[in-house]
Amino acid sequence: MRWLGVVPFFLFVSLFLLFPTLYIVVGAFRTPEGSFTLANIASLNTPGIINAYLLSIRVSFFSAILGCLIGFGMAAAITFGGLPRVLRTPLMTFSGVASNFAGVPLAFAFIATLGPVGLVTVWLRTEFGINLRSWGFNLLSTQGLIATYLFFQIPLMILIITPALEGLKREWKEAASILGANAFQYWTMVALPILFPSLLGTLALLFANAFGAVATAIALTGSTLNLAPILLFAQIRGDVLGNPHLGYALAFGMIVITGIANAIYIILRTRSERWIK
Amino acid sequence: MTRFIAWTVFLFGCLFFVLPLLGLTEFSLSMRREGYTFDAYRVVLADPQFRATFLYSVMAAVMTIIMGVLIVVPTAYWVRLKMPWLRPVVEFITLLPLVIPAIVIVFGYIRLYNTSSVLPLMGSTAGTTVLLICGFTVLALPYMYRAVDTGMRTIDIKTLTEAAQSLGAGWFTILFRIILPNVLVAVLSGSFLTFAIVIGEFVFPALLNLPAFGPYMQIVGANKAYEPMALAVIAFTITWACMGLIQLVTRFQKHTQVKR
Amino acid sequence: MAFLELAGLKKSFGDLQVVNDFSLNVDQGEFISFLGPSGCGKTTVLRMVAGFEEPSAGSIKVGGTEVTGLKPNERDMGMVFQAYALFPNMTVAQNIGFGLKVRGTPKADIKPRVVEMLKIIQLEQLGDRYPYQLSGGQQQRVALARALAPSPKLLLLDEPLSALDAKVRVSLRDEIRSIQKRLGITTIFVTHDQEEALSISDRIVVMHGGVAQQVATPFEIYNRPSTKFVANFVGTLNVLEGTVVDSALGKVRVNNDEISLKQSLNGAKNGDAVSLALRPEAMALGDYKGHDSELHGKIADVSFLGSVIRVRVNLGKETIALDTFNNSRTPPPNVGDNAKVTFTSNDLLVLQ
Repeated sequence: MRWLGVVPFFLFVSLFLLFPTLYIVVGAFRTPEGSFTLANIASLNTPGIINAYLLSIRVSFFSAILGCLIGFGMAAAITFGGLPRVLRTPLMTFSGVASNFAGVPLAFAFIATLGPVGLVTVWLRTEFGINLRSWGFNLLSTQGLIATYLFFQIPLMILIITPALEGLKREWKEAASILGANAFQYWTMVALPILFPSLLGTLALLFANAFGAVATAIALTGSTLNLAPILLFAQIRGDVLGNPHLGYALAFGMIVITGIANAIYIILRTRSERWIK
Repeated sequence: MTRFIAWTVFLFGCLFFVLPLLGLTEFSLSMRREGYTFDAYRVVLADPQFRATFLYSVMAAVMTIIMGVLIVVPTAYWVRLKMPWLRPVVEFITLLPLVIPAIVIVFGYIRLYNTSSVLPLMGSTAGTTVLLICGFTVLALPYMYRAVDTGMRTIDIKTLTEAAQSLGAGWFTILFRIILPNVLVAVLSGSFLTFAIVIGEFVFPALLNLPAFGPYMQIVGANKAYEPMALAVIAFTITWACMGLIQLVTRFQKHTQVKR
Repeated sequence: MAFLELAGLKKSFGDLQVVNDFSLNVDQGEFISFLGPSGCGKTTVLRMVAGFEEPSAGSIKVGGTEVTGLKPNERDMGMVFQAYALFPNMTVAQNIGFGLKVRGTPKADIKPRVVEMLKIIQLEQLGDRYPYQLSGGQQQRVALARALAPSPKLLLLDEPLSALDAKVRVSLRDEIRSIQKRLGITTIFVTHDQEEALSISDRIVVMHGGVAQQVATPFEIYNRPSTKFVANFVGTLNVLEGTVVDSALGKVRVNNDEISLKQSLNGAKNGDAVSLALRPEAMALGDYKGHDSELHGKIADVSFLGSVIRVRVNLGKETIALDTFNNSRTPPPNVGDNAKVTFTSNDLLVLQ
């Protein structure tokens, strides 16, 4: 009787979340005739697919690392940099907006700014004679994609890490300093180790966040970049790999990667919460 | 010294956020050589395709919100009240859409609900639209559930329920006349966030071949120069408006909440 | 020469003057308590000694050396905080060894010192635990060991017992005092709890409104409070309102009784009102050896507190409390009985 209350929920998630995902996962290990096989997974081992994964991992990793570093810097600036407190609320609100501003419009914003005739590109060329292209920057490339992803990665980092920075107790700093530690020792021996699980966990989350993003990449580069999700997108649309079960394997690989990244996030988060109770 | 570095980092960060928005706005106004005009917007707004896809996405977003509320509120309530031990499981499931890439989920839909399957939802446009709304609801699940669950934590739903029961209220009355109004702010926050996420969503409608705003933007972006910028400004304004509304309702809550 | 010299310390935050001309000399090995209500400036003085706050004026010397301008990490002091403030990412042993490690002490020397400190706080078995695995009392003992491990010149304790429950508070209090005596370390202890300050200290500084009201031993603070604030803040006090009958002979009327005082009436003239204060334990019910004064009233209330019985006597206008020892042979008085309260007029404190 009590179970009746949660039946709608479980029915819904089964039909529209769990079964579809399971279908893909199971499909990755099945032949078209229905028997078990590892051949689909094995056939991922082609240069094209491996490269797609590697490129995806590279883009996700660098956008996550840079997002972490810059986001941390900004969060640190407003928490202990001595900046006016009034800046905090607008920054957090903006981060809330920007971290949700992924997808097609974001790609347009960067084309309008750093694209071949974008605002900044033209400004640098006309005012300073700097040609971004000759400096090796191309928006429709990996670096361009990383720069674009940073627009939602940095705010996400700020949203997650600011509470963690504010959770650093003043007494820890004071205790360290009265025990003889200088600022550098406090940061390397106390503050950063305390923040480490949060930092690494957020890195994993940012990685997964970038890895699953499709819309921005498609709108920015069309299908010129060979990313894993773009490959899967093309496969779903037109079966470009010539084998639907290879598509399952491709999708399964994506779940594995984002799954691992998220597992790291959850484990590390639990750990840091245990510390800072 | 510290302050100088802090200001530098902060201002550079802000520049990175402001420039794309500035570039976008500037570009969207530059359709005519002679100066800034709203022509790009005029062209976009006059496009019947825009109206159709935008209305379609708004409709889908509203249906998603209704569906999300109907699924999340009773579940969060029931789990908190009667089956607290089930909470970790439910919470884990609601977080799965953040782990499983959207493209994988929609891939599953296409294979599971195509015309030759047991439940051929994709046989008709209406059925596919239902599938889209379900998919959007799944995408919104993490945000919706967290908002509502947090909202329920701050009120004592057990006492409220018992008080209502002692006055003879039935489950329907309790849920929709007692609990829902009390978590309304949380529900609204979750709803606005859902709207912001869903309105320009690309992957689901693109792969389900539905005429939604996200794929429309992408197609325009591939073929035109100024119009997509105007579309992006519109999309960004919608996101901002949703976030502004969230701020507004939470502030409103702070004023109306009983002091303890 | 005093070991710690605080001279003319002042501190204001904006317009708010928190510490106003605070001076104090503390001897080597002395245990000094700063006692006062919250906002009296006691914590601010401690934080200035530690170096967390810069004094607006005045100087701080330790062992004859000026430390006023030094950073906290250059002062060689140990401090224990109210909220433990253990580093959550380190084990108990790592926490205790932290001060030595940042000073560059070789690993081989840190280890035996940590073991020694663990022995002192009686937590030998818990060196590998993390702070979140310990109780509050254990965490605070670790914090004490961490502060003491580098053998600081001065130990500062900022309400270290306030976050603990009552039982642990008493046992840890005694432990702190015995460790302090054993190590002979000069200690400043900040507290708002008078019982704590009285039981643990060599001397107490009672603070109020940013100034030291009285600096004296617990015995003197309790028995000879120099200001009305000290008298009221430390211990329970009965205040009797009287009228001067004969200022030359020290005769004061309290309700219907007349008392003769030998001590000065602070220049009060005949007919003036005076406030007299008396501790509950200075009075007895009925005649008592050495008591030369008496007041009459009715028993208003009797509370049995175990070894002590607190009796409240209504004198007409005011009600006073007095303590008598429990004695199984004499039952406590009944409410409503007539009562004669006796005391020595010398024990009366003339306030104002």
